[in-house]
Amino acid sequence: MTTETVQSADTAAIVPAAVEVHDVHKWYGAHRVLDGVSLTVRPGEVTVILGPSGSGKSTLLRVINHLEKPEIGYVSVNGELIGVRRNGDRLRELSERAILTQRGRIGFVFQNFNLFPHLTVLDNVAAAPAATGRLAKSAALELARELLDRVGLADKAGAYPRQLSGGQQQRVAIARALALRPGVILFDEPTSALDPELVGEVLAVIKDLATSGTTLVIVTHEVGFAREVADRVVFIDGGKIVEQGPPGEVLDKPQHERTRDFLSKVL
Amino acid sequence: MSEPPGAVTLAEPAPAIDIPSEKLTAQRVQPLRKPGRWIATAVALVLVAQFTHGLISNPFYQWDRFGYWFLRPVILDGLLITLEVAAYSAVLGLLGGILLALARLSRSPVLRAVSWTYVWALRSIPLIVVLLFLYNFSALYQTLSVGVPFGPAFFRFDESRLATDMVIAVVGLSLNEAAYAAEVVRGGILSVDQGQHEAAAALGLPKRYQFWKIVFPQALRSITPNYVNQLIGLVKSTSLVFYVSLLDLFGTAQTMGATYPGDIVPLLLVVTVWYLILTSLVSVVQFYVERYYARGATRSLPPTPLQKLRTGLTDLRARIRREAAV
Repeated sequence: MTTETVQSADTAAIVPAAVEVHDVHKWYGAHRVLDGVSLTVRPGEVTVILGPSGSGKSTLLRVINHLEKPEIGYVSVNGELIGVRRNGDRLRELSERAILTQRGRIGFVFQNFNLFPHLTVLDNVAAAPAATGRLAKSAALELARELLDRVGLADKAGAYPRQLSGGQQQRVAIARALALRPGVILFDEPTSALDPELVGEVLAVIKDLATSGTTLVIVTHEVGFAREVADRVVFIDGGKIVEQGPPGEVLDKPQHERTRDFLSKVL
Repeated sequence: MSEPPGAVTLAEPAPAIDIPSEKLTAQRVQPLRKPGRWIATAVALVLVAQFTHGLISNPFYQWDRFGYWFLRPVILDGLLITLEVAAYSAVLGLLGGILLALARLSRSPVLRAVSWTYVWALRSIPLIVVLLFLYNFSALYQTLSVGVPFGPAFFRFDESRLATDMVIAVVGLSLNEAAYAAEVVRGGILSVDQGQHEAAAALGLPKRYQFWKIVFPQALRSITPNYVNQLIGLVKSTSLVFYVSLLDLFGTAQTMGATYPGDIVPLLLVVTVWYLILTSLVSVVQFYVERYYARGATRSLPPTPLQKLRTGLTDLRARIRREAAV
């Protein structure tokens, strides 16, 4: 066990994984949501996590940026431990301020967008780089304009989120995540709250990110999209990774009964 | 399979009487007559007219004396005291309320308990009792000192020099106001969607920024109407400061009434009208503050009274034109 950790740390020193989840366990009360999940995402890789509802896939994603604390195990992003620091052989929780700084390097896109309704679209995108002092206010606004242009919403800069369609709001949320200049972006069912005809515009933006070499971890129910953009598909059920591999293997030749069962329902 | 009961009812043809034998030409729909409403309106108008008549013609009100007192410097001085006490207490009370609400929502059980106990105690004790306690405070504690409890003191204040009547009034009202404001603020913070907290945390926004720029402005939308309600109560509660020998609007009228016993009713009218004016001003401010914090919460801002009047007139003109055309 110890030697294993040392070894993976050694390999990490050469090419740090974009995301490394190491033997994570998580309980909600008596209910075990994550049961020893380990996952490695290489830089530039697009990973799609599939699984039935309640399987722990959203929790896994939220553990990566420490919105949920794992009880056992650890997560590192680009070689840096998230939410904890090593103290000899133990893991110690970091201060809230330090955790917030770490989160500022990880993008997160929510199912319900969670844009700030009282701020304009432009201010939503510019908020994080300006508030954390990484950019001057004017530079942050300029970056925000650039990113809005990139997601095709340059003309909506002055609008308030509630004046936009769901698809537009989610594209703003993606621009807001990009404003962090994140090493990795996590998507939590980004199209589940959208009307069917709006799903395409959001997936197009994500696909654009995928081809530009950004590391993405995406929880979704869009199996077709997974096949198209994923380098790797991870199937999770009951808090455990059941199988993972290239989409051609997991989606077309699933080895596991549960994976076959799930795919037959969603396809 | 037996026939479902629903199908039977549906199959039953609707009574044929209503079906017109000939095709209707387009007709204007006659609005429903509501005679009850007309009667109630007439009764209300008569009552309002009677009341107004009494108010004007009854010599008991002595409107000439009202005119004499309304803008007297002594009354205006009292009004100024009322405004000062209300303004200080409103601001201090709100700040105290925010602190208490944050303590109540914190993860520390001690802070939660302290906040809860404070609110419980101050909401239970009548304001007049709090004020009188403070008034007699200098007898209970001659000096106030800042230091370690049971240990050495770092600063010492002579309490009697610190506690002017104004300070006592403001402190008393603020202590009371904070207890109510705490609940208003807490309710407002709880009304903000959990997703907003999560999004702010996920972006790594500093803790202070999360509260003051993300959560609190959204909470203000529900805090404003509730706090204004409190504020109106506060403006009227300032009349109690008379009992700690501060001559506010009410206190001045009271004193003048003692000197000129014949003028008590017009003096009460003066006080009433000034309080009406103050409450109206607070309501106007409320409207614009609410409108400001509605940005983004609604797709379009609620219209100002002027805009409402303008659209009302346009609608009326359109309706008259339509009626005339038919």
